[in-house]
Amino acid sequence: MKELSLHILDIAENSVNAGASKVEITVLENINKDILTITIKDNGKGMDAETVKRVTDPFITSRTTRKVGLGLPFLKAAAEACQGSLSIHSQLGVGTQIEVNFQRSHIDRMPLGDLQTTFLNLLIGYPQVHWIFNYQVDEKSFTLDDQPIKEILADVALSDPSVINYLKKVISEGVSNINQDNN
Amino acid sequence: MNAIKSLDDLKNVRDAALAKRKISENSGSTQVIVGMGTCGIAAGARETMKSVLDYIEANNIENVVVTQTGCIGLCEQEPIMQVVLSGKEKVTYGKVNPDVAKKIMKEHVGSGNLVQDHVITL
Repeated sequence: MKELSLHILDIAENSVNAGASKVEITVLENINKDILTITIKDNGKGMDAETVKRVTDPFITSRTTRKVGLGLPFLKAAAEACQGSLSIHSQLGVGTQIEVNFQRSHIDRMPLGDLQTTFLNLLIGYPQVHWIFNYQVDEKSFTLDDQPIKEILADVALSDPSVINYLKKVISEGVSNINQDNN
Repeated sequence: MNAIKSLDDLKNVRDAALAKRKISENSGSTQVIVGMGTCGIAAGARETMKSVLDYIEANNIENVVVTQTGCIGLCEQEPIMQVVLSGKEKVTYGKVNPDVAKKIMKEHVGSGNLVQDHVITL
């Protein structure tokens, strides 16, 4: 994968598969400290300590225990190639939090990429999930909690043409206000 | 964008959508599902989904519900897109790049004709 935003889409997919009804995604860029952090926190079914140890190793993961796939090992390798790390905190029945750090200026760090489209796809593609998106660069931040939006829309679909238009506008204005050519 | 103003905008959007729905009284809705597992994403599924949403927005297509799903075990055929017209069987398409997605939206969702070259027989 060529963008961090594609990894975010992929990890969020794990959360949905784990039965999460609420997923919070945070992208935090600290320019002075030269760190880029992505956090994905869900209230899905969680994993026991044994499974947590396994999910980042593609060679140990057993297909019969849990469908995890290659997403996390890819992301972990990408972070470690950039002086970063990936950590998983998970508790059975409570949820999972994945945190991944990169040295922001590292030459091998993937670009953040099209965060707008990742957010838009998740929001529309999984309407049953309560999504919270945060994007922060130093002091500037954008937060989108989809709860008020869904309350107003009631039974109007998120993929109604005028709603797509609205969501696109809100998300791209929000993200581009924060992300001015620092990608 | 000011958050409160933006939610007021959304109320207008909702009211307009509801008014339109009353006029059209369309029977049933079409479902479009895009595979978004690791395999799908690596093959470009995010852009496929974006293409579907852009098409709906640009052509003002009502009554289509677009959702995502995980890996369905046909990784070599990704990006995968499925279409369910109201009352019809689910049709699965493989190797759906953004252009193919637009074609499926136009011909299958729009006119009810399958895009044969990309249909996967399950």
